[in-house]
Amino acid sequence: MPLDKEYFEYPHRSYGMDHDYYDWSMLADRAPISWPDGKQVALWVNIALQYFPLNQQGKPFAPTGGMTTAYPDLRHYTLREYGNRIGIFRVLKALDEYGVKPTFAVQTRLAERYPYLINKLLERGDEIICHGYHMDAPHYGGQDRGEEAELVERSLSGLRQITQREIKGWLSPSKSQSFNTPELLVANGVEYMCDWINDELPYTFRTPAGEITAMPLSTELEDRFIIQANLHSESEYADQIIDAFDFLHAEAEETGAGRMLALSIHPWMLGQPHRIGKLEQVLAHIMSHSNVWSASAGEIAGWKA
Amino acid sequence: MKEDPGLYDYWPYENRPKIEWPNGARMAFWVAPNIEFYELDPAVNPHRKAWPRPTPDINGYGTRDYGNRVGHTRMMKVLDKYGVRGSISLSTALCEHHPEIIEQCKERDWEFFSHGIYNTRYTYGMDEAQERAMIEDAIETILKHTGQKCAGYLAPALTHTEITMDLFAEAGGIYTCDLFHDDQPTPVHVRGGQKFISVPYSLEMNDTITYVVNKIEPRRYGEMIKANFDRLYAEGADNGVVMCVPLHAYQVSHPHRLRAFEEALEYITGHSDVWVTTGREIAEHYIEHCYDDAVADIAAKAG
Repeated sequence: MPLDKEYFEYPHRSYGMDHDYYDWSMLADRAPISWPDGKQVALWVNIALQYFPLNQQGKPFAPTGGMTTAYPDLRHYTLREYGNRIGIFRVLKALDEYGVKPTFAVQTRLAERYPYLINKLLERGDEIICHGYHMDAPHYGGQDRGEEAELVERSLSGLRQITQREIKGWLSPSKSQSFNTPELLVANGVEYMCDWINDELPYTFRTPAGEITAMPLSTELEDRFIIQANLHSESEYADQIIDAFDFLHAEAEETGAGRMLALSIHPWMLGQPHRIGKLEQVLAHIMSHSNVWSASAGEIAGWKA
Repeated sequence: MKEDPGLYDYWPYENRPKIEWPNGARMAFWVAPNIEFYELDPAVNPHRKAWPRPTPDINGYGTRDYGNRVGHTRMMKVLDKYGVRGSISLSTALCEHHPEIIEQCKERDWEFFSHGIYNTRYTYGMDEAQERAMIEDAIETILKHTGQKCAGYLAPALTHTEITMDLFAEAGGIYTCDLFHDDQPTPVHVRGGQKFISVPYSLEMNDTITYVVNKIEPRRYGEMIKANFDRLYAEGADNGVVMCVPLHAYQVSHPHRLRAFEEALEYITGHSDVWVTTGREIAEHYIEHCYDDAVADIAAKAG
């Protein structure tokens, strides 16, 4: 039986994108960005603080980094908890040693469970963004709109209440969205989201409720992606991040256009004793350059040159 | 279903008629950037899902869109630097979506060949008339937007039917990139008897297969390309070979990858007996100078 006639219809085959979320635009064609004080590379270090429930439902897909064995998966539950107990403190030390300003993407369930850790972050004063409710509460295509609206509201209001902060940024669990997610985020006062990985600089994203800034948080350069998904070594992680920085740095110098290096870091991954030294190596290399602007996600998203 | 696709005969890699490339080159070297458009919400093919997650799978979509927004410019700059003209495996709807990219390729006299209309529209399940219409649409789109008569084919997302090659040859194509059985061009059987060949395209050197499927580190990819080149270049002293590096701007152009690739390209183009060329030029040369000898030799050895 041949395919349906519909398979040969191309309703969006025209100039630009096949949706209305954002305009088609090549990075090289845009007006160059200048970061503050003539800095050339903005460094966004995003630390994900996640809670993986032991009773994971995994619907409609298992969360990235989630449970894999039959219940109770103590091995993965505790490996992820390691990040919130041990790894995060090693990571904080490394950040402070090299004068790096982090952004913490916190899941609301984690904030509810671990007030000590949240107070620690609040004392530091770094930016906190909402990373959804927990890893097993995804936003996804086909999700009931009312159900997702409640989830967005609960995640944001809960984190705002606990932190007494505005919370302007958002990172979805497993970087998954429905067609409604951006609109619901705008309706809940979110100014930028970090789920779309189609660019290297912030850009404007449209929703029926108004605009939101897309802040591309590279998956290719994520610790979990390189080490866990690609099974590359710790040394390879350091090589790849350093190569990426050197490349962006050279491109910024050559073109005069500011670049952004977005590092997505999970304390349960890089916070292990055999890996933390590689994070230190990477940060030492980057911060040895005087034209790096270490900034929070909100500062970068809001920067108008 | 058949046991054998019936597209070529067994033909051992020894004592073949010698392929002479222009200017006595040992190797025809070509780079095939895939310039693709993946749809956010494509029509559903019952034989293959477009995306692993429920639509919108913004991870898969964003990964590809990055290639067009960010990666393409970087890759083009590197190819320019080493005098390489790309042979583009094109999702032809990109002519409509992103004509700026097409213009940049035209300015450089790059070749455009068909990679279907969208890389999210699969050939699986098409009947003959449907597949012919899809192939002709792509060829017409290339002609309209680039002025080029499409010579080559890489099926969209490498999805085929049993008659894909027949239909493409009937539509005027002369080469396919879909077969990985050889390091030299070979004749391909098509039902209409046209002179139609396979030009080696190499999945093993393909950046997506390397980085994503085989999970190869960026610097190691550069080393693999050099090793592949060294052996083929040595063998090419006896009989001309083809080496192809298929690329995707959404893979190789990431900042942690492009420099290692560039080093490999610098290495290859630093050799004197390399014909840096395009898929079409290889196919035309082979059909004119080598095809008949090859057919005769294959027939003799089948005995």
